[in-house]
Amino acid sequence: MTNDEIAGPIESSDEWIRQRTGIVTRVRAPEGQSLMDMAVEASKEAIEKSGIDPSEIDAVILATISFPYATPSGATMLAAEVGAGDAAAYDISAACAGYCYGIAQADALIRSGNSKYVLVVGGEKLSDFISPTDRSISFLLGDGAGAAIVGPSDHPGISKTVWGSDGANWDKVGMTGSILDFRDGKTEWPTLVQEGQPVFRWAVWEMVKVAKEALEASGLAPEDLSALVTHQANMRIIDEFAKQLELPESVVVARDIVETGNTSAASIPLAMHRLLAEGQVKSGGYALEIGFGAGLAYAAQVVELP
Amino acid sequence: MALSEQDVLAGLAELVNDETGIAADAVQMEKSFTDDLDIDSISMMTIVVNAEDKFGVKIPDEEVKNLITVADAVNFITSNQG
Repeated sequence: MTNDEIAGPIESSDEWIRQRTGIVTRVRAPEGQSLMDMAVEASKEAIEKSGIDPSEIDAVILATISFPYATPSGATMLAAEVGAGDAAAYDISAACAGYCYGIAQADALIRSGNSKYVLVVGGEKLSDFISPTDRSISFLLGDGAGAAIVGPSDHPGISKTVWGSDGANWDKVGMTGSILDFRDGKTEWPTLVQEGQPVFRWAVWEMVKVAKEALEASGLAPEDLSALVTHQANMRIIDEFAKQLELPESVVVARDIVETGNTSAASIPLAMHRLLAEGQVKSGGYALEIGFGAGLAYAAQVVELP
Repeated sequence: MALSEQDVLAGLAELVNDETGIAADAVQMEKSFTDDLDIDSISMMTIVVNAEDKFGVKIPDEEVKNLITVADAVNFITSNQG
């Protein structure tokens, strides 16, 4: 969906949106395509590329904030849809940090011996939770799903995750109201909203510290990295983030946001998928990935590219 | 030693120039960051964080929205220098 298609209700323009966000298009699911449809498609691709049989998956983790049922989880449906049989399955709600939270959990489950293979999916249909007249975040948002199979390895393929939260800023990114308020007629359909300035400051200057800590925990040097894959929140954040990190020029900075928009939990796996598909990075290289967003919640780790 | 108003203005103008390319001599006390200098909210926050570093002051999030004109920022910085 182009900037021109959404600019009217926010009294904006293609130029204004490009300049302030770097976004040229955002991907929105067509009517009839659900979050689960996208999650299933991404999962099947990941399973096929991993070469395992879906019955070998021991756990399914779906990171999302837009599955439309409070219960049961989307992950249980997803497990059944992809043929993961009786795998443990649960959703996690960590917004834009969700995928990296999922990778942290998969890593721990495998290291502990609990699981052999874990399917981690970041999926969102944010277009169900946006307001066409909101100038704070809605116009950035897109839909999509990305998936990875995490499995055992004879060498470390995922570094120690550096993660955390800052609930004192719970209200900086979130919803315009609760579903109970909506039920009681006290609010319109709740949609996503943010306070851009404080979030920008936190996302760059605080999260750069987290990224540096994660890189240090991995034992790798900046020049060992092939890519930096941040949550695709806004190009201005990505640019300032990369500048502050002072990575060598050889490190590719993921900028999938230009065409896909901000897809919350899906943004990191989608951005990584693009880097691999376009041959910008090679399998076996190392990527520093960091997710950050509503909560505020964040997680970063270095992963070996699939 | 605390910097004078003129020193802070000159330093701030340099930060504005670094971030936006706006000529330093266009950054004058009575100018509004948004309306006159056309600085958007993200550039404003970058300038704020760089100003914290440069002048050794803390500019809290809730204070940033009160910095309408260049004079507002210069006054806040001069009266909050450590």
